Amino acid sequence: MTQKTSDKGRRNFLKSFGVTVGAAGVVSSFSLLGAAKAAAQEPEEMVNLLTADGQLVQVDKNQLRPTVNEPLNELQRRGREGIAGKSFVMVIDLSKCRNARKCMAACQNHHQLRPEQHHINVLQMQDSDHTAPYFMPKPCQHCDNPPCTKVCPVDATFKRQDGIVLIDNERCIGCRFCIAACPYSARIFQWTEPKDAEKYKDLTYNIEANVPQKKGTVSKCLFSADRLREDKLPSCVSACPNGVYYFGDRNEDAVTNGTSGETVRFSKLIEDNAGYTLMEELGTKPRVYYLPPKNRAFEFNGDLLNEENLH
Amino acid sequence: MNDNTKSKETILSFEKLKQDILRPMQNHKGLELWIVFLVTVIAVCTWAYYVQLRDGLGVTGMRDYVSWGLYIANFVFFVAVSLVGMLISSILGLLKVDWITPISRIAEIIAVAFVAVAGLVIILDMGRPDRVVNVLIHGRFQSPILWDVTVITTYLVISTLLLILPMIPDLAICKKEMKNASPILKKVYNILSFGYTNTPEQHKHLHKMIRTLMVLIVPVGLAIHTVTSWLFAATLRNGWDTTIFGPYFVAGAFVAGSAALVVAMYFFRVNYKLQDYITDLHFDKMGKLMVAVCLVYLYFNVNEFLVPGYKMKSGDSVHLKELFFGSWAIMFWSSQLFGNILPIILMVNKRFRKPMPIMIISLFVIASAWFKRYVIVIPTMLHPHLPVQNVPDHFKHYFPSSIEISVTVLSFALALLIITVLAKIFPVVPICEIADQKGIDYKIEE
Repeated sequence: MTQKTSDKGRRNFLKSFGVTVGAAGVVSSFSLLGAAKAAAQEPEEMVNLLTADGQLVQVDKNQLRPTVNEPLNELQRRGREGIAGKSFVMVIDLSKCRNARKCMAACQNHHQLRPEQHHINVLQMQDSDHTAPYFMPKPCQHCDNPPCTKVCPVDATFKRQDGIVLIDNERCIGCRFCIAACPYSARIFQWTEPKDAEKYKDLTYNIEANVPQKKGTVSKCLFSADRLREDKLPSCVSACPNGVYYFGDRNEDAVTNGTSGETVRFSKLIEDNAGYTLMEELGTKPRVYYLPPKNRAFEFNGDLLNEENLH
Repeated sequence: MNDNTKSKETILSFEKLKQDILRPMQNHKGLELWIVFLVTVIAVCTWAYYVQLRDGLGVTGMRDYVSWGLYIANFVFFVAVSLVGMLISSILGLLKVDWITPISRIAEIIAVAFVAVAGLVIILDMGRPDRVVNVLIHGRFQSPILWDVTVITTYLVISTLLLILPMIPDLAICKKEMKNASPILKKVYNILSFGYTNTPEQHKHLHKMIRTLMVLIVPVGLAIHTVTSWLFAATLRNGWDTTIFGPYFVAGAFVAGSAALVVAMYFFRVNYKLQDYITDLHFDKMGKLMVAVCLVYLYFNVNEFLVPGYKMKSGDSVHLKELFFGSWAIMFWSSQLFGNILPIILMVNKRFRKPMPIMIISLFVIASAWFKRYVIVIPTMLHPHLPVQNVPDHFKHYFPSSIEISVTVLSFALALLIITVLAKIFPVVPICEIADQKGIDYKIEE
């Protein structure tokens, strides 16, 4: 509630201030963008921008993206090669997940997804009748033996040297074979005109950000490859309030918790907590590791549907 | 009845044979009306496809979980039916089964029409049909889709050759006899008859070529449906992750294809008045052939469902229970019953191999074969490994939209139109081959 009022005040201030600095706002928007990227997890902050036809408009700070100047072929090359020397991994601690869904919101915001579109989806799991239920965030597993890239007829989806599986939506023909092939249901399809496609239509297509999105193509979790390029953690990892996510580099054997900022040894974290990968029997070799929901970080009485137990 | 046919055969002259087969091509009002009807249907349904192109695949009933729907099921059906060309004219032809002569061209026409439209159906399903050339520019041979594109185009080419080459002598006759044909059609006859005059040398060369193609099409035919099955079997999904999908699909294709051939035979026999050529004997033989292929298909079905059904692995069990007793049970069991079990029981009986009963049975078999493909494709998509959550309710079910149904009707109308046009401009029953077989002398003049 207090958050809302302060927001309103800020908005009014910006409104009166904005007219005078409108023109300057465009010039200084580059620095604003820099700030916006740093604060992607803070929602509902608005900035004033002057449009090409001279109108002053307010835009959610989180929606701001830097103008990319690189030509398409450079972005394509960079997006396909990945970051040299890196081997990205994610660790998800199920004992800490209480379904806050901040990861889902941050992801949908970053990747311009509609409410029903999930690059990451927090699933309510129960392995068998008498086992305890738990919440399981499920991003793309960025498998080392990816069934999806194998079946692509045009090399539109591929695995990079840093381990990330991405999609080139300038090339995808929309056959959806990769969706059928993925055992983790990690992929979605742009059945209609994607969200904000119109807004970003003039931007040069960037594989790592998947902006602008294209109708009739496949989309999925990118491990926020555009943020990794700037040495930032993926959106979902940074947005988690409960310390569920660790993200890092397997080559360095180090992963950083997105909530506490604490960096730990990846191998030790997995070893100490009996880390595992999802459906390892399928041989997909995921890069997303799970820590079992043991000794939960919140009061748990076996009833996940009772919201009071969780927040 | 048998005696009757025999006496007719003995008085058959080449002149009568020629006239009987060419007559319906020259003058058939009903056929023209039928073409107008098909063209109208195609025009209306093309508009539905235009809407899909404009607004995206969101106009279909498909969503992120059921991302392959009616179109893919229909694609599998079309590939299946097209396999009849390889079964009849090649396998049986190479085995020197002689009763197939009058019906082999109908089989080849069906093969060409259905495989051509199958190629189109897959494009209708694409999210970005404007990028179809990417398959050629960026094609990856690791993808089963590339194999499918390769074998389907090869099958289309060989099937077209197997339609045209054996027809060369007949077209030489058409060139001479079809005096009322339009100038374009005359030109077609002129070109496609390749100046054939039935010299012994020409005859020898032609038959050598046909024989080579008949051998070539066997592996290609097996490949098109095996590779199509791999589009599913190459995934890790419950219900598709099985090793017998290749032969299972091929066996099913022979059932669907034979049934389609029987219906076409019946249609041409009645409408083209070809009772002297497509005789009761042909329906009787086709009935026996169908019993044989149905038995093979039944065998594969038992393997495909009984073995995982016995083990009930956790992933499979959700899927199989839905098929056996759940919301898919009616479609599953009726496709098995009407497409497989009942046809076998009925057609071992001679009475049901008469033209009319076998045609009706075949209609049921075709419908069941179509729904069987639907049951193979959609339920598996609804039963992924991980639970389907946090999505709107309509993501959890699938029912094709009216646009999707219209585009599917478009594919059928297109296939029927191709068959009709081919049967309008080409003799549906081979004139010279029958004459050869019956030892009737004939001459083809320049």
